[in-house]
Amino acid sequence: MDTDHDAIPPDAPDEDRRFFLKQSMFIAGLSMAPADFLQTAQALEDAPTGNAVKVRLSLTINGKRRRISIDPRMTLLDLLRENLGLTGTKKGCDFGQCGACTVHIDGRRTLSCLTFAVMQHGAKVTTIEGLSEGEKLHPLQEAFIKHDGFQCGYCTPGQVMSGVACIREGHAGSAEEVREYMSGNLCRCGAYPNIVDAILEVKKEGSKV
Amino acid sequence: MKPFPYLRPKTVAEAIGMAADDPGARYIAGGTNLIDLMKRGIASPTKLIDINHLPLKKIEHRYDRLRIGALALNSDVAIHKAVVTRQPLLAQALLAGASGQLRNMATIGGNLLQRTRCSYFYDLALPCNKRKPGTGCGAEGGINRTHAIFFAGNGFGGIEKSSCLAVHPSDMCVALTAVDTVVVVNGRDGERRIQMKDFLRLSTQQPELDTNLGPGELVTAIEVLDNAFAKHSHYLKVRDRASYAFALVSVAAALQMDGGRIWDARMALGGVAHKPWRYWAIDLMLRGQVPSEKLFREVAEHEMESAKATEQNAFKIKLTSNAIVAALKTAAGIS
Repeated sequence: MDTDHDAIPPDAPDEDRRFFLKQSMFIAGLSMAPADFLQTAQALEDAPTGNAVKVRLSLTINGKRRRISIDPRMTLLDLLRENLGLTGTKKGCDFGQCGACTVHIDGRRTLSCLTFAVMQHGAKVTTIEGLSEGEKLHPLQEAFIKHDGFQCGYCTPGQVMSGVACIREGHAGSAEEVREYMSGNLCRCGAYPNIVDAILEVKKEGSKV
Repeated sequence: MKPFPYLRPKTVAEAIGMAADDPGARYIAGGTNLIDLMKRGIASPTKLIDINHLPLKKIEHRYDRLRIGALALNSDVAIHKAVVTRQPLLAQALLAGASGQLRNMATIGGNLLQRTRCSYFYDLALPCNKRKPGTGCGAEGGINRTHAIFFAGNGFGGIEKSSCLAVHPSDMCVALTAVDTVVVVNGRDGERRIQMKDFLRLSTQQPELDTNLGPGELVTAIEVLDNAFAKHSHYLKVRDRASYAFALVSVAAALQMDGGRIWDARMALGGVAHKPWRYWAIDLMLRGQVPSEKLFREVAEHEMESAKATEQNAFKIKLTSNAIVAALKTAAGIS
């Protein structure tokens, strides 16, 4: 489904037409609405608020501006995976305990499973897909391969996103510091020693992360 | 998850207005606790008020206090120069909590309002007086290894008075309970200032209430009053794994020392009660004394006399005692 659109074309999928109809009915009903709802409707102009089944938002993902209409209950993780097809970001526990869903929001590492996508209206999101430059892997991705920083690989996108942030934050000074600042990323295969080695090497080499 | 209207106020007044007359409305900031609870069906807001765009992020030192906006991120507060130099105990406690990712999302206000991680609170199939008042406490006679050992004040250790054995999960709140802190809240009737010691509640009555916030009230800031503890304070956290776990027991210890003697002392304990447990008598017991392991052991055992273990957590009494001694030794700089 193409979610990168400004206006709803006549041949839009049903889902979008339903949203459009609901919005129209919502606005048409405003003359009878109490003040509370009027306020909500005015806010729709610039922010994705409201009690509609779907709200519209705009955010930049891996450098590309996206305009999307979604259910306000949708997490950023589900938006990335289910709506945008960016399945590099993994759903591990979905409760903020494992770190597999780590992405960068406005330059900070965060858990995409514990934030509603609507809350990120206007934000810049970087996922594992946005870390490499085309076929050229990020230095930490290269280091993970060199040091065998994974077995099954499921936690790896989260580990890499968190590891890059760990180096950028200046928390990769020693193995002990890396272990402490990477503690939010679990690896059930137990590749921890190799992950620590990969991060320390990139930090030591001083490559641009 | 039940559907909810999503609102985005631009001012504190607008936010408070949106919450007025709707007891089911909830403010959301970092969302790291509330979204978890919503996914599990433990919280079902009738209205979600996203306060992230309110101007409440400032961290500043003014006159005699450090004022931290409710929306300041845990990660930013922990490394802020004024916090590190004036209130290192707070910085240490913040860095002991959660993970790098969560500290980048979680706010100071949200940290204050964290709900317990008691497994009975989280399991909808089991009784819990906090989640569903009147259903009973699953932890009483159940799996209570991580639960409370202090209940209703010195000398009233018996659990028969409590209807909830859960402990408060926050590290930050333990540090803020040890030193003088004010929680600034706003509601329909204007601003209110609540001492940290009165902000969180014990579970003797209405364990469904974690705080003394009024309906629709919004935490806007905390103020940590200047103190002379910066050189001799230590936050010690003991947990089942080395990092990224809630405390089994934690100790926030703060000493004021001069000429080899202790002149003032504060302490709060985490992981042992429904709210961080302030050790009120410690300043009287340590004032004028020369620090020693023997002295600290006496002080620790004195407070633990009013602790009461349940079936599975007797180890916590010895553990807390040892943690108090260790934290005081580090704070005092003795080996």
